[in-house]
Amino acid sequence: MAELTKPEPIVLVNSEEEWLEEQVRRSVWVTSWDKVIDLVDKLYNWGRRNSVWPMGFGLACCAIEMICTSASRFDISRFGMELFRASPRQADLMIVAGTVTKKMVPSIVRLYNQMAEPKYVLAMGACATAGGPFKEGYNVVSGVDKFLPVDVYVPGCPPTPQALLYGLMQLQAKIDHQSIRDVRWYKSGEADGIPEPVLGPDIFDPRRAEEINDLTAHPEKLQARALKIQTKLEHKAEKLAEEKKEAASKPAAAAPKPPEPPKT
Amino acid sequence: MAVTEPVAPAVVKPTTTNDPQSIADQIKAKYPDAVESLSAQGIVIRRDRLPDVARFLRDSPALSFDYLNNLTSVDYPDRFEVVYHLSSISRGGAPIALKVNVNRENPTVSSLVPVYRGADFQEREVYDMMGIRFAGHPNLRRILMWEGFEGYPLRKNYHEPYYEEEHKPFGTRWDQGHHVIAEDRNPWHDNVQYPPDLDATTYKPPRDEIRTAGIENVSVTKLRTDKIVLNIGPQHPSTHGVLRLKTTIDGETIVAVEPVLGYLHRNHEKIGERNTFLQNMPYTDRLDYFTSMANNHAYAIAVEKLMGVKVPERAEYIRVIMVELTRVIAHMSLLGFLYNDLGAFYTPLLYGLEERELVLDLFESVAGSRMMCNYMRFGGVARDLPEGWLDRCQYLVDERLPRVLDEMGNYLIGNEVFRARTKNVGILPRDLAINYSTAGPVLRGSGVKYDVRRAEPYSIYDRFDFDIPVGTNGDVYDRFMMRFWETQQSLRILKQALKQIPAGEIMTGKKNYQVRVPKGEAYGRGENPKGELGFYLVSDGSPNPYRYHVRAPSFINLGTLNEMAVGHKIADLIVILGSYDVVMGEVDR
Repeated sequence: MAELTKPEPIVLVNSEEEWLEEQVRRSVWVTSWDKVIDLVDKLYNWGRRNSVWPMGFGLACCAIEMICTSASRFDISRFGMELFRASPRQADLMIVAGTVTKKMVPSIVRLYNQMAEPKYVLAMGACATAGGPFKEGYNVVSGVDKFLPVDVYVPGCPPTPQALLYGLMQLQAKIDHQSIRDVRWYKSGEADGIPEPVLGPDIFDPRRAEEINDLTAHPEKLQARALKIQTKLEHKAEKLAEEKKEAASKPAAAAPKPPEPPKT
Repeated sequence: MAVTEPVAPAVVKPTTTNDPQSIADQIKAKYPDAVESLSAQGIVIRRDRLPDVARFLRDSPALSFDYLNNLTSVDYPDRFEVVYHLSSISRGGAPIALKVNVNRENPTVSSLVPVYRGADFQEREVYDMMGIRFAGHPNLRRILMWEGFEGYPLRKNYHEPYYEEEHKPFGTRWDQGHHVIAEDRNPWHDNVQYPPDLDATTYKPPRDEIRTAGIENVSVTKLRTDKIVLNIGPQHPSTHGVLRLKTTIDGETIVAVEPVLGYLHRNHEKIGERNTFLQNMPYTDRLDYFTSMANNHAYAIAVEKLMGVKVPERAEYIRVIMVELTRVIAHMSLLGFLYNDLGAFYTPLLYGLEERELVLDLFESVAGSRMMCNYMRFGGVARDLPEGWLDRCQYLVDERLPRVLDEMGNYLIGNEVFRARTKNVGILPRDLAINYSTAGPVLRGSGVKYDVRRAEPYSIYDRFDFDIPVGTNGDVYDRFMMRFWETQQSLRILKQALKQIPAGEIMTGKKNYQVRVPKGEAYGRGENPKGELGFYLVSDGSPNPYRYHVRAPSFINLGTLNEMAVGHKIADLIVILGSYDVVMGEVDR
């Protein structure tokens, strides 16, 4: 049995001012502005982190694992994220699940621009992260982060549902640390969307148009760049060859064994 | 409702292979100047005689090559070669290869669309990838890349922005721990290359063309109304990936549909020609990502045809078990996915996915990965089955899967709304299905008894007792039922295979990273859950394939969409599309 607490002593007030003071002390909570914002942040983030609605947006193989994540075995609704919205206007999170091709990327950027803030991007799988096994392809973008700001990268080809869930938990951790003081969507000024890439002879970002014009108009500049890369590579190779020679001339005990190249 | 078994089987007897010599003789008898040369690789036809010869082969009752399996092209140093694989639905057997040589300066061939309508998409693909023009093609535009793209990627002289060397394996990229990333090798610091005359600030992409030829004559209603072009996709919950449908509608009725592909074009073939033969195996997983084991199998068959390797008994059984399990889960998921498209969102699908997870567990324990199994090797499989695997499989096949399938059948097939929405919707007549080169459940749903497992028995399929179910109407309902019946047949095969599986080797010879593939070419195919998946390989004796082409069933099946959907409502279009079970990884490759 819990102990009975002592009843609060009755305070006798002498004047009206004293009474008022006492009431203020009892019922008004005086705190600092920072603390209030912290509290609001906590409340906001608690709400947001547990109801991140992803966009139903599958690009390739990873989309199937995304579907499995939302199905009964892995059950994404434990995190309040089971509502896959078909419309970007209702979604908070874009799971870029699959290979981002050049032909698709204007649509992806447009979808991102259509999403309402706060919005997050999760790059699921090797392709969305950096091009993956298809990186060398002529129609493949080397990672969606060339165009969109990515919050969480989930490695794997495709990532297992467990990996995706872990990525989503990392996103929740990221949301936990956000504050309305510095997030971009409460800043003043109109936020510009990301300009859509243009499908020309090859894809180009309008933000880089001047640089592209400059280089196509002056092929010698492009050549110089290529040459710079070439010399850089050669320089590196020479340096490596020298190091190798030195290591070979020294007694064998001194030279550490170089790491094995990964076998195909 | 009791689920009816398919009509009693009249097993199509595997016939002898179509002999190129006798076929060439028959062509010569009709057109003396048509045959240029003849070899085991195929019959080379004179370029201007091609449509005549094709029409003759199709219409002659003795030959009746009414089915165009595959159409592709090869880039040789001195010429292009367009390759046609033809086979006969009634006779079965291995397809024959017709070839046409085209000069490099002005590559033009007459189109075969008037003879085989299935050539439509494939010719567009050849035009897109290799720049060969097809005279008389109704709609010769780029199909996988966008209009305005510079270059023809599958020509041997086309180099990608990240081009390093012609063949893998490259000299090490990992030189003593110093790795240079691909972006740093390219002067643009990105995966791009521009022609010197590009002005990026004023560039206007070419206007998206809407095909209107022939639409004006179609009248679906008596009211005079304006037609609207509606874009469905590429981001749409019902397009099964990144497919875009340019739909012309009159009210709610569809006047024309044109699929726009290429949003997932991952350059499978270009990368495949640089890879070694074995390096392509994991890429085939990503073709149709629902059925990676079946893709592995078809590719292994094609390469083994070239190598002439015999696969050990146990490995053959393991392969069949894996492929049939894949078919079961792919079809069971489709039963749910089609209901998704009908508006019963997600609940029926959950049943299919639940069983899929159980089978994926089996795959994971044997191959190490859930979806991308990369399990088969040339001359066998990568690993033997772990202990207890067969028992777990036996339980699924004997008890769990048939029970769940029956349960799904009971509440999915008899559904009144389902029947109303799918019967007599999206009808594909029998002769059109053949002429359009459709494959798999779409072809059989139209009443054509053609299954590669019976027509050209590969692996050990001739040992098992199973039927080929066929539909009667060729509508969405029949295609749905095809999936259901085929799952039952797969379970039948699985039961027999699990009973008969012997002990023994799982690989011919020792494991080898670099297989020796002799010079030659081969078209190997397997019956995938989606249809006939074929691989056309040309080897020049080096470790890399000279040409690597994938005949993707979903890609060619999609050609019939316009035929099926015109006259129906938009909501039906989604259902019709769902009944193909398209997977964009395979369509766009």
